[in-house]
Parts: sequence; C-alpha cells; structure tokens
Amino acid sequence: MALSYVLLILAVVSVIFGAVTGRLSEVGAAVMDGANKAVEVGLGLAGILCLWGGLTEVMRQSGLMEKLARLLRRPLKRLFPDAANDKIALESIAAGVSANILGLGNAATPLSIRAASRLHELGGSTGEASDSVCMLMMLCCASIQIIPATIAGVRSAAGAKVPFDVLPSIWISSVIGCVTAVVMAKILSRFWKRGALK
Amino acid sequence: MTMALLLTGILAYGFARKTDLFSAMLDGAKEGLSVLFRIVPALVALLAVIAMLRASGAMDAAADLLRPVFDLVGIPPECAPLIIIRPLSGSGALAVGAEIIAAYGPDSLIGRTAAVMLGSTETTFYCVGVICGAAGISKTRYIIPAALCADAVGFWAASWAVKLLMP
Repeated sequence: MALSYVLLILAVVSVIFGAVTGRLSEVGAAVMDGANKAVEVGLGLAGILCLWGGLTEVMRQSGLMEKLARLLRRPLKRLFPDAANDKIALESIAAGVSANILGLGNAATPLSIRAASRLHELGGSTGEASDSVCMLMMLCCASIQIIPATIAGVRSAAGAKVPFDVLPSIWISSVIGCVTAVVMAKILSRFWKRGALK
Repeated sequence: MTMALLLTGILAYGFARKTDLFSAMLDGAKEGLSVLFRIVPALVALLAVIAMLRASGAMDAAADLLRPVFDLVGIPPECAPLIIIRPLSGSGALAVGAEIIAAYGPDSLIGRTAAVMLGSTETTFYCVGVICGAAGISKTRYIIPAALCADAVGFWAASWAVKLLMP
C-alpha cells in the first residue's frame, strides 16, 4: 500500500520537475531504461541467488544451523532472563537468530514468529510486548548476516570487480547496528514500562 | 576466492554429514528462483519511476539540498533515497540501492556505501508488522523507536566503514 503512494508521488514529481527544468524528453526515455535495468539486475542476481540458496539448503540439511543455534544458546540466556528456564522459548529464539545470521530468510520468519509467540505467552499474553519480546525484535530488526548474497549479486550485476569486497564493512556496521539496538532496548525498557501508555 | 573456499567447505561439511548434496543444492536454487520471481516485478515498477526521478534532475537537486546536513555526519547525500525507503520496503530498498550502485558505479564510494547500507540494516516496519502481528502483539512499546535508532546508527556506520576500509 505504502508503495502505491511511492510510485505515484515519484512519477508526479518527476514529470513536474522535468517540465520545469526542460528535461521531459529525458524523463520519457528513462521509463524504458529503468524497466530494462530492472530485468538486467534481476538476471544478474539470478545466478548468485540460486547458488547461495542451494548452499544454505545444504547448511540447513546437514545440521549446521542447529549447531550454530546450540552455540548461541548460552549467550542468548543472558539477553532473555525470563526465557532462561524455558526450553521451547530458548530453542526457538536460538533457531530464529541462527537462521537470520546464515541468511535463511524463508526459515527465519516462521522461527521468529514461534519465538515471539512463546515469549508473549511467558509474559502473560497481554497483547503488549514484554521486554523479552522487544529484545527478540531487536535481534530480528538488526540482524548480523555473514554472507549477504543479494547485495553481492547486485554488485556483480553492476560490474563490480570483487562483488564480495564490501563484506568486512557490512559485518562491522551491522554489528554496530545490532549492539545499538540491544543497548537502546535496555535503556528504553527502564522508562517505557508495560501499561505506561494506554 | 572467499566464495570458492566457502562453497567447498560447505559442500565438504554436508558430505561428511551424509547430506544429499545435489538435491539439496537444487531445492535451494529453486527457492532462489522463486525469490527472484517475487522481486523482479517489484523492481520493474520501482526502477521505472526511480529512473524518471533521476532523469528529471530531482534526485540531484534533493542531494544538493541535503548535502550540508549529511556532510556534517559524514553520510553521502546521494544515499538519502535509500535511507528513506529502507525501513519501509525490502524490494523498494533493493531497487533504490541497485539504481544508486548502477548510477555511481559499484566500486565508487557512493556505490559501496549504498551496498553496505543495504547489508547492515533491515526492513524494520515490515519485520515488526509480520512477526508481532502473527504473534498477536498489538502494543509494541519501544520496539519501533529502538529499531529505527539502530538503523540510523547503521547508516552512519556504513558510511564510515566504507571510508575507513576502502578509501
């Protein structure tokens, strides 16, 4: 829905701005260029998306995801005090987080939903997010991803020399983002208590 | 090279754990194709209007307008459209990011910053809507402000990481 507004507003602004600056014919030519470029980007992405999709499936089937989840369980206990003694909650949180880290997008969403439902139950199912639910959402919304394959695909479609050379920068800035999310949640949870706002 | 080692390593691990490598690769690749089928239609619609916006000169005018503020924090103003759409729509952000990368070159400072921004932030509103909606949580307290704060820091960190690591 939001994107409908985006489409309309961008088109209207372009036409008005193009008319004012006398570039309407360029704007007209750009429509087809843009559509063609979209297909080019899509085709450029296809190879890496399929290859990485295949490798993530191998990681899932060979149990690499569960291994990572087991590794993460101990540090996660500290972030989720009310889930520390709940096996279902802790296991689904760890599974969701590891799916996010490995870039298994399709697996991550249902796992995160299961973790959120369980944490919500532990918090009394009030319809309002408990601190643990908020913490889980922080980890989902500011996740660290080891191999951002789609971005490497976009870069290789555009002719980058080494599509993966942005990885160290992505790791650093996503770790900074993730730490910010966790710290912000810790700070805000002190002031923004449950039931504080109607 | 990284990719070759990674691929070999994952395959060797899978083989040692008695995974049917080929059929797993094919299943995953099919899923990759279905992702592609989902994003290409969105890319066509979005890239058409984004290309119009750039050709009209509005994109450069907006970047020039924002330049003083963005220079202060060290974020390239050319990435502003990406920052605006990122929390709202994943395919929108991919379209805007791909357009910026193509317009300024994938190995330019701006193109690299756009790629790192795409990789280190999330579609916050979509993510919260889907997960909290499915779990029956209607009052999300401080989730949105805290997550948007993390996104803002992520955009800033992306700009600095590229400047420091790949000058």
